[in-house]
Amino acid sequence: MTTPAEAPFVSVEGITKAWNGQLGVRGISLEIPRGAFVALLGPSGCGKSTTLRLIAGLETPDRGTIRIDGRDVTAAPASSRGLSMVFQSYALFPHLDVAENVLFGLKVRRVPKAEQRVKLQQALEMTGLTGLERRKPGAISGGQRQRVALARAIVAGHPLCLMDEPLSNLDAKLRHSVRRDIKKLQRDLAITVIYVTHDQTEAMSMADMVVLMKDGEIEQAGRPVDLYEQPASTFVAGFVGSPPMALIDAHHLPEVARVAGTEPVFGIRPEHLWLAETGKGRIRGVITHCEYMGSETFLSFEAAGTHGLTVRLPGEVRKAVGEVAELSFDLSHLHMFDKSTGYRMASSRPKTAHPERSHQPYPTEEMT
Amino acid sequence: MNDHARFERRRRILYAWMLLSPALILLSRFAFIPTATTLWASLFSRGTRRNPSEFVGAGNYADLFADPTFAKVAVNNLIYAGVTIPVSIVIALAMALWANSRIAGRGFVRTAYFTPTMLPMIAAANIWLFFYTPGLGVLDQIGALFGFGSVNWLGRPETALWAVIIVTIWKEAGFFMIFYLAALQTIPPDLKEAADIEGTSRWTYTRRVVLPLLMPTTIFVAVNALINSVKLIDHLFILTKGGPSDASKLVLYYIWELAFAFFDRPQAAALTVMVLVVLGIVAAIKFTILDRRTHYQ
Repeated sequence: MTTPAEAPFVSVEGITKAWNGQLGVRGISLEIPRGAFVALLGPSGCGKSTTLRLIAGLETPDRGTIRIDGRDVTAAPASSRGLSMVFQSYALFPHLDVAENVLFGLKVRRVPKAEQRVKLQQALEMTGLTGLERRKPGAISGGQRQRVALARAIVAGHPLCLMDEPLSNLDAKLRHSVRRDIKKLQRDLAITVIYVTHDQTEAMSMADMVVLMKDGEIEQAGRPVDLYEQPASTFVAGFVGSPPMALIDAHHLPEVARVAGTEPVFGIRPEHLWLAETGKGRIRGVITHCEYMGSETFLSFEAAGTHGLTVRLPGEVRKAVGEVAELSFDLSHLHMFDKSTGYRMASSRPKTAHPERSHQPYPTEEMT
Repeated sequence: MNDHARFERRRRILYAWMLLSPALILLSRFAFIPTATTLWASLFSRGTRRNPSEFVGAGNYADLFADPTFAKVAVNNLIYAGVTIPVSIVIALAMALWANSRIAGRGFVRTAYFTPTMLPMIAAANIWLFFYTPGLGVLDQIGALFGFGSVNWLGRPETALWAVIIVTIWKEAGFFMIFYLAALQTIPPDLKEAADIEGTSRWTYTRRVVLPLLMPTTIFVAVNALINSVKLIDHLFILTKGGPSDASKLVLYYIWELAFAFFDRPQAAALTVMVLVVLGIVAAIKFTILDRRTHYQ
């Protein structure tokens, strides 16, 4: 590795791509360090797949530059970028068997037969496909097909692997185990992975860095913990976390002081809420849903001036839908957003107007 | 309970036969029974008022092999099939690959290619009759521009068969293109992208991915082309009537001549049986060897 460690491995600067006036992505800039696992997260149509395809070289950006390993590859064809890709559909060749599918690229590049054999064995072992070499994609299960796609991506030994929603065609149980396999594979091979998903659980559990996108732009990029604990906007707050953060209008929390001239909206995570005795809570609401999950129960509330109010309680909670209950929380757990723009407000934690009810003062944190 | 199961089984069998019967009746009446009677008729001599028809066994077949016209016609048909089948398949594939790519006026290209198929063979033959006409025809007029003399394309033994072959290819390639076009559209585009990332050239991608995936279509088209090379002879009636001196005569035209011009029904029956045997062998090869080596999705 000739580049200094701090230089980004993949760097995207101000790329824009539009189709017939419809924007795919606009002005995306991103720096990805070597060996990182980056998740491009967002709802459908947010431009995450477009970003991936631009990096892959399957699309050409209208503006901006893409660098991989210090080399400007903006106009380079996909094959010269030194990367591999796992497609959502897996894109396996249906007429070729597993071994031929995995070796397709090596054969095209006329890698010596002996080397092909060694690499095939390694790739099949790593993905647990040994013994299926002669099967056609139509004759193996969905999970195995997915692993063939992975094996094909790693066999060439490219340092960068792009994955476009690779788990979306698997059932929930399999998805969980493949998630770990992919993560382990990435760590063992020390490759850089850019992973597109719409599932925030996948992004949070696998990635070193999550890039949350919305309407063709990056809403927030950072470590999973940054997105969870310091959401940059109400959109991030609502997208990350399951169930997502509840939003409460400021005038329903009169005890919280407002910065002059701004109209804030507050956010609170389900785990920071608790049921309070009657008369002692901060919010009164009607229970609309009760979801028992085994180790915990989620109670959803409907209350004036709130959106998506949910509380997470341990174990089983015996509450009936339609019952009125009061909720309380620690003011230090509130997140403050600008109501008009949705962005997080600079003084990230609200100050309390009632010192006697406040708990430990929250250490002021700088936005990352 | 056991009785009930037996009854149910019998009911299903009856049901199956009832569903099969319409096709079975039609095929029997118009295909199986005529085939059997043809085979039967080919074993008897031609009956006249003085010599009633009698059983001659393989006599009609022996006569055929001794007939120089039969040899000429068989060779003609082999050349005809051997040229029209591969050439129309290759042209159809090339046109489909082109009409499937992202080009301006794609709809127009597809329609233009398909037009010959929509014409009846008789109409197509008449158009080509005009093209080939010595002196007046388009070919001669173009030739005259370059200073070539007039050629009687249909009237010379050396060119007549080839002129007929060209009409057939012109007529069939557009039809086969439609099948290729449909098959090309079932190939997912991400296969191309996966190949692109591996650095596959367009030619390698076509050879290693597209052509194998089109193999079922190719077999289907080849079988159709083969059948057409035997049965599609409408244009012969317009263009050459098999002449000059049998130069463009094909097997089915000869069968028609034997049966309805020379009124030698047993001879015609024997030739028909031989055509059926050859086509049957080809079908058997198709269903056993080729199908096993082809990937069907």
